[in-house]
Amino acid sequence: MATDDIFILGITMTKFGKHPDLDTVDLAAEAAMGALKDGGVTMKDIGVLAAGNLMGMGGGIGQMLQKQIGQTGIPVYNVSNACATGATALRTAVMSVKAGECDMGLAVGVEKLAGAGLLAGGSRKSDSETWEPKGRYGAVASVDGRVGTETMPGVFAQVGMEYGHKYGGTSFELFAKISEKNHAHSTLNPLAAYSKKFTLEEIMNDVMIAYPNTRPMCSANCDGAAAAVVVSGAKLKTLGPDQQRRAVKISASILTTDPYEEACQVLPNVNTLTRNAAKQAYEQAGVSPDDLDLVELHDCFATAELVHYDNLMLCPEGGAVDFFNSGASWRDGKTPVNVSGGLESKGHPIAATGIANIWEVCHHLRGEAGNRQIEGATVGLAHVIGLGSACGVHILERSAA
Amino acid sequence: MAAQIPLVEYLSLEPEPHLVAQQCKGCGARYFDRRNACAGCFGTEFESASVATTGEVRAFTIVSLAAPGIPVPFVAALVDCDGTSVRGNIVNTEPDPEHVSLGMKVQLTTYPIGSDSAGTEAIAFGFEPIN
Repeated sequence: MATDDIFILGITMTKFGKHPDLDTVDLAAEAAMGALKDGGVTMKDIGVLAAGNLMGMGGGIGQMLQKQIGQTGIPVYNVSNACATGATALRTAVMSVKAGECDMGLAVGVEKLAGAGLLAGGSRKSDSETWEPKGRYGAVASVDGRVGTETMPGVFAQVGMEYGHKYGGTSFELFAKISEKNHAHSTLNPLAAYSKKFTLEEIMNDVMIAYPNTRPMCSANCDGAAAAVVVSGAKLKTLGPDQQRRAVKISASILTTDPYEEACQVLPNVNTLTRNAAKQAYEQAGVSPDDLDLVELHDCFATAELVHYDNLMLCPEGGAVDFFNSGASWRDGKTPVNVSGGLESKGHPIAATGIANIWEVCHHLRGEAGNRQIEGATVGLAHVIGLGSACGVHILERSAA
Repeated sequence: MAAQIPLVEYLSLEPEPHLVAQQCKGCGARYFDRRNACAGCFGTEFESASVATTGEVRAFTIVSLAAPGIPVPFVAALVDCDGTSVRGNIVNTEPDPEHVSLGMKVQLTTYPIGSDSAGTEAIAFGFEPIN
């Protein structure tokens, strides 16, 4: 291993789901202490902490966590980057180690969302007594529902429909089949919030949220946390043989935002920034999409998974429908996608997601994924995207040690 | 006739209802909000540009779950108005996949959403199918 490479030394995720008896700090502590134990280190070894919590506490989760698990005076970064918050926390720790400020860092993402409803466009103020233009659009009344939709299921439904308009081949049934795959995968994941198999008919006949996304085709709001310890290659060389064997190389760590394009401020463009991140990641890692043994991508909605097959270049441009219909993204296919069950069944505790998907990939690369193990996995990719927008892509490789 | 006010400032009611974009003088990028600068070329000079009142549905969704007070189902869409993308609802047709389709031709239309205490009527826009 090269001394200037960065590795994941320890990583863990909590069970995703409902944790009524645990607060945000409890969940963060469980994940953080789990990651430290998994890496065989303690807070004393950690030189930087990056922590993300998007919807809950209004900042300061890192320091609140320190006060429960270890106050050592190290720098803390509280990060917030929409659904890419967890990936951003990890990347912050990676950059700090890469910059040589310390040789070990801890990244944590945590969210309490069980029972939450719509996360955007969820409140319409009643119209005021007198019409008065306000805000950047000079609107005299709330525009959600009057000028399109601000709800996430609705926005991402349009993202999938736009792909269908551009390339053809999509249908309600096709998107539902993507959801059927992820729910089938989840039956093997004991940490998933929902691990129930759905038939195609059950998915299509469930409650419609935003056509073509029915309820099981939407990511599940739930509680959860995930954490990772990252270490420099130089430091890893001084650690024990088991730590070296289980370490996972971070071959690429990329973060992008959406570059200006026509329409991107009308309907968010989740495609270009993902493609840009993927291109940079493949180049940095020196791997190609064909090398990937598994992919965890951001299926916040079934309609989103389809477009990211294309954006991550798992298929030729415009070929996402054929790619899915070939069975390639099922766990026994050419490029297994979301063998964890994905956000649709594993759940999407927002800030935890960007580390939990890396945990899933690491789990397989270490050969520790039990009955859902992708045999012989050596290279994997984890992708998240948050609207606004921010995209994180990490490529991970099994340690050569 | 009661006084009228558009729901959003980029909707112009006169002489015929149409949308007005802020167009960057440098690169031609079009925006509907108040601008500080152009996100594409960083230019700071803008001019008003009328947007075509007919277009094609490039993406849509039928929203069945929305905030309390928002009537559902409704169709939210991305409409390509001769090269300018516009967000808006598809109106004056049934909100189901049999009546709304990708590539469908639509035209701008307006409708009142209510009156304030002074009797001024707020006017919203949407897109309706062209028969």
